[in-house]
Amino acid sequence: MTARIGVVTFPGTLDDRDTQRAVRVAGAEAVPLWHRDKDLKQVDAVVLPGGFSYGDYLRAGAISRFSPVMESVIEQAKAGMPVLGICNGFQVLTETHLLPGAMLRNNHLHFICRDQKLRVETNSTAWTADYETGQEISIPLKNIDGRYVADERTLDMLEAEGRVAFRYLDVNPNGSLRDIAGITNEAGNVVGLMPHPEHAVEPLIGTGRTDGLGFFTSILKKLVDAR
Amino acid sequence: MARVVVDVMLKPEILDPQGQAVQRALPRLGFQGISDVRQGKRFELEVDGPVDEAALARIHEMAETFLANTVIEDFVVKVEGAEEPAASVAEAK
Repeated sequence: MTARIGVVTFPGTLDDRDTQRAVRVAGAEAVPLWHRDKDLKQVDAVVLPGGFSYGDYLRAGAISRFSPVMESVIEQAKAGMPVLGICNGFQVLTETHLLPGAMLRNNHLHFICRDQKLRVETNSTAWTADYETGQEISIPLKNIDGRYVADERTLDMLEAEGRVAFRYLDVNPNGSLRDIAGITNEAGNVVGLMPHPEHAVEPLIGTGRTDGLGFFTSILKKLVDAR
Repeated sequence: MARVVVDVMLKPEILDPQGQAVQRALPRLGFQGISDVRQGKRFELEVDGPVDEAALARIHEMAETFLANTVIEDFVVKVEGAEEPAASVAEAK
């Protein structure tokens, strides 16, 4: 039996199908989860995919945070269940305060959609174990609310504790403080990032590379090893 | 029915590119003399029943947990028509 990875669909989610596919390409079972359903169907991990949940009304991720499914996700994440938030999912994770800081409108106010070079800053999270620390990857980035902000104390803490998980390389696409593209919680089970690994898992599409597949093989390996 | 207003503003240290874009457009449109613009949100709440201390405490809780993200934003709760902002409530906690 393989690992079961839940993928949440909110109203306005866009990337749930691609994320389910990425999970399957990695060899795990993708389990669709619905925002109004508190039942996590006994999944081993959860991915919050990208999109514009609840129309980004109020703030990106602000309303999704209070959905029934998130009650269960927050509770399980605090108990150690691996959770990955991609793009809008990252915004949801900061709104829940499972991850520190917040996401704001890009400093240039434009929507951007392009391939983005990143450095994996730590492979000691549930979602990055298959990468080398310091490895450079290129995966798609597409958002308008991608500017990561936190106060100086929080940023210093993240750096000191090795919790900056991904940093933008070559160019900072949105004004994120300290070029931060993604972070992890203290335990390493909750990870969020703005770029989209699920769009880069097969050579035929996207960048033509499979740089994003490591997220999904990392979690699969961890879950299978834990059995 | 009474109205309570919640004003939400980005904290002063947070960059506000939307406000900057508005400010930069002003001279072009013939509005001189504005050196800075910060853009925020205003929520007008129609409250059933009296706006007493308990009602204001609930609204404060609503603002803190939902209307504002206090990681990046400050908020002020005001009872419309009242002389002073409901400072005691806004500063509670």
